[in-house]
Amino acid sequence: MKTNDVILQTVTTVTVFIILTFAAYLFFAGHHDPGGGFIGGLMIASALILLYLAFDIELIHKGLPFDYKLLMGVGMALSLLTGIGAIVLQHPFLSHTFEYVDFPFFGEIELATSVLFELGVTLAVVGATLTIILSISEDV
Amino acid sequence: MNNLVIFPLIIPLFTGVLLIFFSKQVLIQRYITIISLLALFISTLFLIHQVSNEGTQTLNLGGWAPPYGITIVADMFALLLVFTTIIVTLCCLWYAFRTIGKEREKHYFYPIVLFMITGVMGSFLTGDLFNLFVFFEVMLLSSYVLITLGGTNLQLREALKYVLINIVSSMLFLVALAYLYAITGTLNFAHLSMRVAETGQDGLITTVSIFFLIVFALKAALLMYFWLPGSYGAPPMAISAIFAALLTKVGIYAIFRLFTLIFYHEPGVTHYLIAVMGILTMILGGIGAVAYWDIRRILGYNVIIAVGFIVAGLAVFTETAIAGSIYYLIHDMIVKALLFLLAGVMIGLAGTDKLREMSGMIRNHASLGWMFFLAAFALAGVPPLSGFIGKLLVLQGALEEGFYVVAAVGLLTSLMILYSVMKIFMNGFWGENQLSVEDEQMSTRGLMFPCAILAALSVALGLGPEWANVYVMQAEEGLSNPQLYIEAVMGNAD
Repeated sequence: MKTNDVILQTVTTVTVFIILTFAAYLFFAGHHDPGGGFIGGLMIASALILLYLAFDIELIHKGLPFDYKLLMGVGMALSLLTGIGAIVLQHPFLSHTFEYVDFPFFGEIELATSVLFELGVTLAVVGATLTIILSISEDV
Repeated sequence: MNNLVIFPLIIPLFTGVLLIFFSKQVLIQRYITIISLLALFISTLFLIHQVSNEGTQTLNLGGWAPPYGITIVADMFALLLVFTTIIVTLCCLWYAFRTIGKEREKHYFYPIVLFMITGVMGSFLTGDLFNLFVFFEVMLLSSYVLITLGGTNLQLREALKYVLINIVSSMLFLVALAYLYAITGTLNFAHLSMRVAETGQDGLITTVSIFFLIVFALKAALLMYFWLPGSYGAPPMAISAIFAALLTKVGIYAIFRLFTLIFYHEPGVTHYLIAVMGILTMILGGIGAVAYWDIRRILGYNVIIAVGFIVAGLAVFTETAIAGSIYYLIHDMIVKALLFLLAGVMIGLAGTDKLREMSGMIRNHASLGWMFFLAAFALAGVPPLSGFIGKLLVLQGALEEGFYVVAAVGLLTSLMILYSVMKIFMNGFWGENQLSVEDEQMSTRGLMFPCAILAALSVALGLGPEWANVYVMQAEEGLSNPQLYIEAVMGNAD
């Protein structure tokens, strides 16, 4: 008899969105509340791993055609470039700045360059976690 | 503020990240690596010039004043080591182009080496104890990858021991850091030095300092060297050469930094202990070097002897001896890399590292033979070559201060070093030629040039120490007067 995991797959498609939303919340909360790039990245990775568990690897790869090793590189490059940007602007390496900007709908929001640094951390964490999981799962 | 200080750190890091995107294009990887190392070389030359004229340069990361932020400090001692590191890496990578093989190159060999260099540079330049721990981990994680890369049985077996011992010692490092933070409430080197000087180095701080000594002794193979000969014998020779030239030296650097800048108030306890450890390391390493008949083991034990000798210079703790230690440290980085690379050629030619199974190589490879002869003499400290001046100054300092045992053991182990490397020379190069050109396992094409650069440097450092003397004296002055370091860091609160 063929096993049928329709319940798992249906629940997953719903849950993944909730997890990803929570990950985005954690990522943006990092400056004032508990959260940040590292835990946000782990959350995103956990959502993706749930997808890999519920569906097969080929299907997910069709939807998300990322090379996670390159994702790791992009993340590291982004974090490093925010530091190098400070050098270009004649400030000490890794100097960060922020600005309050008025958006039409959302009101006043604080935009900080440290968010870009954290975004780099997030991408590196997602890339590293999924590289580890997928390399272990591969048959060698 | 001087952003040039951070360049030795971010150039290799950025290049390493860039190379991740070119992991399959080997040629592009090689070109980018060489270009970035040359850029590193030039920027470091500028930095050395600047530090020599204007004194120690610092950079407060993110603009946060010390002790609140992390400070990167470029004093002459650190810069000399950074400079030597760049040259050694350049030569070892050049050698690796020919020997390491396409498979390893495609599996992130160059990015990992560059990350390791980032860790080494960071350890030399940082002015913060926890940051030192982080850079140690950057360096060690990359070295774990390099030691296992390729995945032969021997590599995996030795890597397991290497990883285990380093995880334990990193854990001890963290615990020692926690103790020191609990006692002093700061992690910045300069601030730590001030706090320890204010309250006096009592029994508790001395205990913590010995804790640190044990940690760095594990990393630097000082007395606790049991992991070294095996794990340095496992990876390919280009990687072993980088390890032998750089990794233990970072541990030695940390011992120097901590025991000249922070824990210098109780030399009767700490420096005496360092002297005992140095003497035992020299004797035991010497016995190991004499005992074995296998090239990798002999060279591995020679790394250990040099560690003992360099810290013995610190233990004597006079200006002469410390200057001698700095000379010997630079010399040892160059000559160890040279010896490992040359031994790699010998092992490659003969297809074995057993000395009893090779002989007569001088007939077909005269330049290899005489270069090895030169390196062997430089290592033992024969006068016109680079090992002499460092050894002379350390021995002079030891005799002036009445450290007769250090001097005697230092001289005795010089003989053991000479015997052990001449054993390689006489067995490998003299005698009947067992190996015709057709039997050889590899060609030496392109391998002699990086070795020649290192050999020329060793000769230059030996023949003309005057040009290096200005810089070594500045480095020694910085180590002898912790006040200079503290003023450079705490005075520049911009």
